[in-house]
Amino acid sequence: MSDAPLPLVASDGGAAARERRERLRVLLRSPTFLVGAAIILFWVFCALFGEAVVPLDPYADDMMNYLMPPSAEHWFGTDQLGRDVFSRVIVGSRDILTVAPLATLISTLAGAALGLVMGYYRGWADEILSRVIDAMLALPTIVIALLALVALGTSTITVVLVIGFTFAPIIAKTVRAAVLAEREVEYVAAAELRRESGLYVMFIEILPNVAAPILVEATIRLGYAIFAVATLSFIGFGIQPPSPDWGLSISTNYGLLTGGYWWTVLFDSLAIASLVVAVNLVADAMQAALHD
Amino acid sequence: MLKVALRRFLLFVLTLWLLSIIVFLASHVLPGNVGRAMLGPFADPRAVDQLNHELGTDRPLLAQYADWLGGFVQGDMGDSFAMRQPVAPFVWNALGNSLRLALLALVLVVPLGILGGVLAALFVGRPLDRVITVGGLSAAVVPEFISGIVLILIFGVWLKWLPLSAAAPADAGLLVQIKYLLLPSIPLVLVLFGYIARMTRAGMIEALDSDYMRTAMLKGLKRSTAIRRHALRNALLPTISVVATQTVYLLGGLVAIEVLFHYRGIGSLIYTAAQKKDFPMLQAAVLVVGAVFILASLAADLIYAWLNPRIRLGGGE
Amino acid sequence: MTDATTPALAVEDLSVSYRVRGGERQVVHGVSFTIGRGEAYGLVGESGCGKSTIAYATVGYLARNGQISGGRIEVAGRDLTHLSGDELRHLRAGAVSMVYQDPGRALNPSLKIGRQMAEVYEPLGLGRREALSRAAEMLQRVRIADPRRVLDRYPHQLSGGMQQRVCIAMALAINPALLILDEPTTGLDATVEAEVLDLVRQLRAEFNTAILCISHNLGVIATLCERVGVLYAGTMVEEGTAAELFAAPRHPYTVGLLRCLPQRGRRKDQGPLDTIPGFLPAADLRIDGCVFADRCALARDLCRTTPPPLFDLGDGRRSRCHFWQEAPDLPRTEPALPTPAPVAADAPPLLGVEHLSKTFHMKGHSLKAVHDVSLQLKAGETLGLVGESGSGKTTFARLLLGLVAPDQEGSLQLDGKPLPGLLDRRSAAEGKALQIVFQNPDSALNRAHAVRRIIGRAIGKLAGLFGAARDERLLELTRAVRLPDRTLGTKPRQLSGGLKQRVAIARAFAGEPRLVVCDEPTSALDVSVQSAILNLFVELQAKRQVSYIFISHDLGVVRFLADRIAVLYLGRLMEVGPAEQVFSGPQHPYTEALLSAVPSIDGRRATRIRLSGEIPSASDPPKGCVFHTRCARKIGRICETEEPPLADAGPGHVIHCHIPVEELARLQAAAAQESAASS
Repeated sequence: MSDAPLPLVASDGGAAARERRERLRVLLRSPTFLVGAAIILFWVFCALFGEAVVPLDPYADDMMNYLMPPSAEHWFGTDQLGRDVFSRVIVGSRDILTVAPLATLISTLAGAALGLVMGYYRGWADEILSRVIDAMLALPTIVIALLALVALGTSTITVVLVIGFTFAPIIAKTVRAAVLAEREVEYVAAAELRRESGLYVMFIEILPNVAAPILVEATIRLGYAIFAVATLSFIGFGIQPPSPDWGLSISTNYGLLTGGYWWTVLFDSLAIASLVVAVNLVADAMQAALHD
Repeated sequence: MLKVALRRFLLFVLTLWLLSIIVFLASHVLPGNVGRAMLGPFADPRAVDQLNHELGTDRPLLAQYADWLGGFVQGDMGDSFAMRQPVAPFVWNALGNSLRLALLALVLVVPLGILGGVLAALFVGRPLDRVITVGGLSAAVVPEFISGIVLILIFGVWLKWLPLSAAAPADAGLLVQIKYLLLPSIPLVLVLFGYIARMTRAGMIEALDSDYMRTAMLKGLKRSTAIRRHALRNALLPTISVVATQTVYLLGGLVAIEVLFHYRGIGSLIYTAAQKKDFPMLQAAVLVVGAVFILASLAADLIYAWLNPRIRLGGGE
Repeated sequence: MTDATTPALAVEDLSVSYRVRGGERQVVHGVSFTIGRGEAYGLVGESGCGKSTIAYATVGYLARNGQISGGRIEVAGRDLTHLSGDELRHLRAGAVSMVYQDPGRALNPSLKIGRQMAEVYEPLGLGRREALSRAAEMLQRVRIADPRRVLDRYPHQLSGGMQQRVCIAMALAINPALLILDEPTTGLDATVEAEVLDLVRQLRAEFNTAILCISHNLGVIATLCERVGVLYAGTMVEEGTAAELFAAPRHPYTVGLLRCLPQRGRRKDQGPLDTIPGFLPAADLRIDGCVFADRCALARDLCRTTPPPLFDLGDGRRSRCHFWQEAPDLPRTEPALPTPAPVAADAPPLLGVEHLSKTFHMKGHSLKAVHDVSLQLKAGETLGLVGESGSGKTTFARLLLGLVAPDQEGSLQLDGKPLPGLLDRRSAAEGKALQIVFQNPDSALNRAHAVRRIIGRAIGKLAGLFGAARDERLLELTRAVRLPDRTLGTKPRQLSGGLKQRVAIARAFAGEPRLVVCDEPTSALDVSVQSAILNLFVELQAKRQVSYIFISHDLGVVRFLADRIAVLYLGRLMEVGPAEQVFSGPQHPYTEALLSAVPSIDGRRATRIRLSGEIPSASDPPKGCVFHTRCARKIGRICETEEPPLADAGPGHVIHCHIPVEELARLQAAAAQESAASS
């Protein structure tokens, strides 16, 4: 039934654009995507303009009012130094929303390039690299990042680089698998028969056909980058004080839980949770739209 | 089958060896100067040199690597810089604790994940499916220290049902131990549930749509019988690999969880070693974590090969 | 069971629709037919005609989004549309069963055959031992020599033909009133297909089971069935006995379909094949008149306004055409096209292949995909390459193109000059001289690129034209392959299969190639589309003097196009010679078997040679003559020990066989006489 030829469209290129629009429309109508995108936009807004809109200075100590429970004045209460938790949560998205996307960008670019070359040329170099990647993937992200951060010293830049290069092999592996399948498809043989260069075949013939899965993978990785940065900050190897970063705040305050000062950690926790869930909802919706 | 097993084993040894190189390079080459990295930027250069000499990090890299690996193979993981004691007993003890926690999490999550995946597949597209997939996915991406904190708040601080620390009293029986480990294991369960359910669901949907399932139904079998005998068996095979690859996650996730729950496992060992820049300890613990993962995937590969007649018996096309 | 007078299957005014994106899409429109007890009935039609949907409706196993929107289906007197779940199960367990395409997937890969077969007896309440011994008996009845061993096997350890026999055994085990065969031999090799068809014919007599056979292959239907229904766009357009319907069709669609097929030894110099222009109407389109009117050369105003009823023509024949009397005189659709000039006997060779071999080295063993093949091809000539799976056809094509490196010993020549084995070492001129048209245009065309870019890039790289010259060439080329201009801006997936293949052909011709390798270029297409593509190949050859190596498993197609034919088996050349001589004989015994395996539409059967055994693995080929394990004319030890010599069977005709050519000719003539006498 699916074999019935699609009616031919008269206008040049109109159909391709329409198909893209159709896909976009499916995406835009998906509730998962909308909810996820709305949350992400909210946090991006907070990261950009948070400092201008928060009611109180997130960095100002107020030793008279430390560890106050939520109230009309301090919606989310205050922390050990009397700083307003609400303001800190709002502003706290900035560092993680800088570090995680940058790390994802590095890993996607490096991973996609590596995966394309490995999958297309194969041979012994691919064989060796694959083994090395497998060995690297034997280590949990957090552990390998921790090792590298101890060796290099923690700073925002090292965190970006370390997470970027820890994720690159994972993306490379995904892309390589996609390219391996794709290079066996006969249009690649046809390109070789007209003597296209390796670069042309990889980037003009193959890349457009694996771009969508790479995009989905990158979105998924963004979720994990947030996960990883938050965890590293929580154990003290990620974003450094005095940033109001969520993971860092939890790290400083979770000892207070037993004392019942739950507001010092709960709101930061919910903020992280909302952000990672939102990113993954978007990734999931994209995947669904792709396979529709 | 024997040939498959042999090949997998050789691959296992190779991967382990590559892993040792990666760990070695990360801890010896990345810092540039190990002594400097350990003592900090303001330390006396002479003290740095002396430390490097003490650690042997002033020798050629290859010699250091050979020594280190040679010792490792014989069970000597080197001496802790911070504690001036052999590293090995700490590592093994911590690994044992961690495996106990990981095992509890796996025992809880595998049946739950499979059940969730199968249910989602049977009701694909319906509300139950959406709840399981979206809920599982969301749970899977929330960092475990976050869910840990929320759980501590609810069950430890507000309801006071479960202990806040994971470390049970020394003479505690199995049940008491499980009680102490229950709270820290739930965040791990939450993260893994989504993966296992997702894989199972995908495998199950494929199996339900398969030609052999149709054959079974057209024989006049009951749907439940056909699902049990034909679909489940083929759908669950890929899940084995997921369970194995997720142990790597489990051990990584332990870092934050063990720190949060003050549990003396391999994760908190790595954490402490990292804080103290105790490179020998860090190296050893990281390598052991990697080795456990490689071993787990070897086991999964072999189990998969053994359960899959195509690989076990070979032949055919 | 109900009494023997109720029909095995009665379908009355059946309509089926699928829910697709919120809308209802009706794919079967009021189809009715009846199959008597023990009768074999065939449903034919091209893809999209709804034949498989009818089959699945008949066992109550429609896809989740499908539903029977009208009509009744009675299997052995029970109306399927009103059965409860349990009743439906009982019906499946006892009265109706089904065999379908791709037996490898119909069997559960992780359960032994015995276990899967025993399950059939479970609803009958048989114990495990009893069930297994019944299963073994059943396997024996489908001519499996060693049933106990097969019962202990997993599906992947059996060959495709063997798997299909197991499926047939499973289906017949319950002695059903109705057996449904859905494309039962599609995807199997010709010789295996012949075996399976023979088996079904014999078993039908033994079991007295009624058969509903669904196929796109008219030959399969003609071989198996007494009565036939022709489906078009979910509508039954013609019905009748197989012999009469295929000999004298009474609906323009059937007439056109039969004319599309290159049959009865038709050749390209006898003029183009007919085609059926246009496309199948979209399933959600409302059609007021006859569903076929848009593509029918007989259509008049009446056809576009009033749907024709199913006219009863007597003798059980029915046709849904207002002008069925005129159907046999359906005007021919194709204008006379230039046909290629015959190739001069003394023309210099374009391509020379000498002792070409390719060994793939895999873990632990090596596989000789092509072994010591030598042949020549002249300019403007078409060489047909036939052989079953594993014969090395595709590897041979890739070797010629330089996509894989040949083994050391062999050599290639182009225009008498040595041609390097690998594409990288070939000059630009050598590179563009050889091009290919792949089997599946979906994978041969980059789905990310528009048609204009796909063809334009090839013109730029192969013809070295850019700018306005390239655009001019692009238009010239697309018109030459009859690709509408408006398709240039579209992506391949928006085109029909036939149009996609035209894009691939245009690309192959972008640099004025000397030789185009066609690797099964029409096997993924419906016959009505295939004929148009075959005509195009002929036309391009006549105008451009290009040579073809045409790989196909369809001997009718090869016969239509090829000047010479080469037959491959397990990577070895069995026979090569002028097409007519290869068909008329004397032939290699393998060629003879291939020819007699083709199910013919007109009921006349060629000499029946059936191959025994399985195709051996190419990584462990038999010693001596590789064909001896299956050869019906094997003469003795010599076949097992010595490689057969080259025997000269006429000008340019070579046979690799130990049997002397005269002896082969005598044996084959005798066999032909015998089969003529018996039929």
